Amino acid sequence: MATSHAEHHDHHEMSFWEKYIFPLDHKVIGMQYLFTGILMGVLGAYFSYVFRMQLAFPGTEVPLFGLVTSAQYNSLITNHGTIMIFWFAMPILVAAFGNYLIPLMIGADDMVFPRINRLSYQIFFISVLVLIASFLVHNGGFGGAWTAYPPLSAKAEYNLTPWGSILWLVAVVLEFVAFLLGGINFITTLMNSRARGMKMNDIPIVCWMIVLASILFMASAGPLIAGAAMLLFDQTIGTGFFDPARGGDPILWQHLFWFFGHPEVYVVFLPAMGIVAEVITTFSRKKLFAYKVVLFTTFATGILSFFVWAHHQFIAGIDPRLANIFTVTTLLISIPIAEMLFVYIATLYGGAIELTTAMLFALGFLATFLIGGVTGVFLGASGADIYFHDTYFVLAHFHYTFVPIAVIAVFAGLYYWFPKMFGRFMNETLGKIHFWGTMIGFNGIFMPLFFTGAAGDHRRIFDYSNFPELAVSSLQNLRTLATICVVITILFQFVFFWNFFYSMFKGKVCTEKNPWKANTLEWFAASPPPHGNFPVMPEVYRGPYEFSTPGRELDYWPQNEKA
Amino acid sequence: MIELLSSNGSSFAGDINNLILIITVLSGFWLLVAEAVLFWLIFKFRRVPGVRAQYITGERKEEMKWIHWPHNLILVCDVVIIVFAIRVWYHVKQDLPEAQSTIRVIGQQWAWRYVMPGADNILGTKDDIETVDELHVKVDTVYHFKLESVDVLHDFSVPQFRLKQDAIPGRIVTGWFKPTKTGTFDIQCAEMCGIGHGIMMSKLVVETAEEHDKWVASHTPAGVASN
Repeated sequence: MATSHAEHHDHHEMSFWEKYIFPLDHKVIGMQYLFTGILMGVLGAYFSYVFRMQLAFPGTEVPLFGLVTSAQYNSLITNHGTIMIFWFAMPILVAAFGNYLIPLMIGADDMVFPRINRLSYQIFFISVLVLIASFLVHNGGFGGAWTAYPPLSAKAEYNLTPWGSILWLVAVVLEFVAFLLGGINFITTLMNSRARGMKMNDIPIVCWMIVLASILFMASAGPLIAGAAMLLFDQTIGTGFFDPARGGDPILWQHLFWFFGHPEVYVVFLPAMGIVAEVITTFSRKKLFAYKVVLFTTFATGILSFFVWAHHQFIAGIDPRLANIFTVTTLLISIPIAEMLFVYIATLYGGAIELTTAMLFALGFLATFLIGGVTGVFLGASGADIYFHDTYFVLAHFHYTFVPIAVIAVFAGLYYWFPKMFGRFMNETLGKIHFWGTMIGFNGIFMPLFFTGAAGDHRRIFDYSNFPELAVSSLQNLRTLATICVVITILFQFVFFWNFFYSMFKGKVCTEKNPWKANTLEWFAASPPPHGNFPVMPEVYRGPYEFSTPGRELDYWPQNEKA
Repeated sequence: MIELLSSNGSSFAGDINNLILIITVLSGFWLLVAEAVLFWLIFKFRRVPGVRAQYITGERKEEMKWIHWPHNLILVCDVVIIVFAIRVWYHVKQDLPEAQSTIRVIGQQWAWRYVMPGADNILGTKDDIETVDELHVKVDTVYHFKLESVDVLHDFSVPQFRLKQDAIPGRIVTGWFKPTKTGTFDIQCAEMCGIGHGIMMSKLVVETAEEHDKWVASHTPAGVASN
C-alpha cells in the first residue's frame, strides 16, 4: 500500500511550474520558505549595516545607501527587527525546517494537508510583497519600532508614515495567517502520520520542538491578531481603541503584543534547540541525555512563557505591584531553560566528539546562548530593569539569544542536512572559516553593546551627539567597534553563500543515504529524497538516539532497522 | 560595578547598583561554570580513533543528579535575586516617601516641558515656573513628579539617577526621586516617539538650596509677587 503510494507520486513528470512554483511536496515548500527566508535575512542584515554605519559615523554617507535621515533610520531599525523575527527566524526555523524535516523524520510521505501547506507559503509570499511595498510608498516605511506601540503607530499625524504603518501591519497579520495554517499542518501531521511503531518517545526532538513551537504560536497569536485588527481600525477608519482621548488605552496594545511576543521568543528558540539536539547527538555519538527531561522542561517552558509577558512593561505604567508577580514568573522560567542547556551539555559527556562544521555551530549555539540566557536575569529582575530597560543592554541580551537561535543554529542545521537536501556535501574548510568569522564577528558586535547600554545608551537613537553624557569618545569607540564587527560578520557570510550555492551544483556528491551515520528516518530516504520520500514506508523499532549501544558492532542503530 | 560606567546621582541609585552587582555575581558564576564545563567536555571527549562513546541514557537516578543539583541551586539563586529585586522595586516604585516638592513633567513630540513650583513651593499657583528642556531641582530634596504626555508614549529617563518611567497620554503617573549630587545630568526620552526621538534631550540641573532659590527668583514670571 505504502509502496504503491510512493509510485503514484512518480508516475508523471511534473512541469517546472507544478514542481517549484505551485508545489504540494513538503520538501519543495520547505525550500521555498528557506530561500525566501534567506533573502529576507539578507535584507534585514543590509538594514543593520546601514543603521550601524550611521551610528558609527553619524551624518556621513553610508556606502551603498547614502545619507540616512532620522525618519529612514527609524524605519530601518523597525523593519530590521520585524524582518528578522517574522520573515527570517520564523520562516526558516519553523516553516523551512518544519516542512522539510517533519514528514521525513516521522516516516511520512508528505504533510497531512499539502494544499493548506501550499496556501501557507502563498500567503507568506504575499506578506513579503506587502512588507516590501510598505518601504516604497509615500513617506516611506513604518518607523515606530517593531513593537508598534500606539498612539505612535495608530495615528499618521504622529508617525508621519500614513501608508507605511498600515501596510506594515497588514504584512504582519498576513504572515501570522500563513504560520497558523502551517502550524495546523505540523501538529496534525506529527500526531497522525508517524511511521508504524513510532511512539511518542521515539519522535526526534526537533520534530517535537517545531510542533510545540507551533502550538505556542497558535495559542498566543490570537490576542495579537485581535489587537492588530483594532490597531488597523484606529489607523484607517478612526476608531479609538488605543486613544485615551476617546476612552481607549494605549497600554492595552502592550499587553496584547507581549502576551504574544514573549511566547514568540520560545517559538523560535525551541526549533533551534531541536536542531542542536540532532547535531550534537550525531557528532558526539551519544544518546541524548534524559530525553524525557528535555520534553518536560519544554512543556514547562511553554506553559510558563504565557505568564511572563509584563516583564517587558515594568516601567510602562502598569500597576507597580504587578511587576512583583512577573519578576517571580520570569526568574522561574530560567530553571527549565537552564535545565535544558545542562542536559545538552551533559550529552557531550563520554562522547566521541567530531568537530564538523555543523557540530561547531551547534556547540557555538550552546556557548553563546548561555550568555543571552544569564543576561536576561538582569532584565527579569524588576529593580535592575529600571536601569536597563530600553538600553543597548537589552538589545545585546536579546541578540545573544536571537543570533544563536536564528543564525548559528540555522547554520548548524543547514550544514548538517545539506547532503540530504541537495545530495552533495558542503566544503568543510570553507565551513570552518565561515564558523570562526561568524562567531568572532558576532561576539565583537554585541559584547561592546552590553557596555554602552550599561553606560546609558538608550535604544533607537539616530545620533548620540545630542546627549552630552553619551557623546564621549570612549562610548563612540565601542559603537564603532560594533559597527566594524557588523561589516566583518556580513563579509564572512559571503563565504557561506559561495559554499552553499557552489556546493549545491558542484559540491562533492553524497552517494550514501546516511553520510553522518545518524539514526533518524530522514537518513533512510535517498539524498535528495524524491517526491513521496521513501522507497518503502519505514517502520520504527527504537528511539532516535541509540548511538554507541553496548553489544553492537556499529556505533549507531537506525530507528527503522529491525533488531 | 555599574557606577564605573554611570555615576550615582540619586538616593536610590546605590540600591539599584547593588542589585545589579548581586545578579552579576550569581549569574556570572553560573555562566562561568557552564562555559567551563562545556569547553572541558569538548576538549576531553574529542573523537579518538578506536575509542567508542559511552552509552548513557541520563535516566538513572545517579545520572540525573548531575542535572538536578544545578537545577536546585539555580532555584536558590533565583529566590535570592527575586527577594532583592522586589525590595529594590518596592523602594523605588511602590513606596513613595513624603514629597518635599512636586513638579510636573510633560512629554510631547519632541521636547520635555516642566512645571516647577515658585517660591511658595506649591504647584498650580500663579508663580509656577514653566520651562522647556531644562529642569531645575534642589539637592537632597524628595521630589514627586507627575508625569504626563500630550501625544504619544515617551519615557522620562535620567540614567545617573537610575530613574525611568513611561509617560502615557491620558494618565498622570506619579514617581519620586531625591538628588544627592549637584551638577547637570542628561534627561533622555527612552521610548520610541517618532522621527525626533533621537533629539529629545533635556537637562536636569541639581543645585544647592541657595543657588536654587536664586534661580527661582530670577525665573518667576514677571508681575507675580511671591505672595
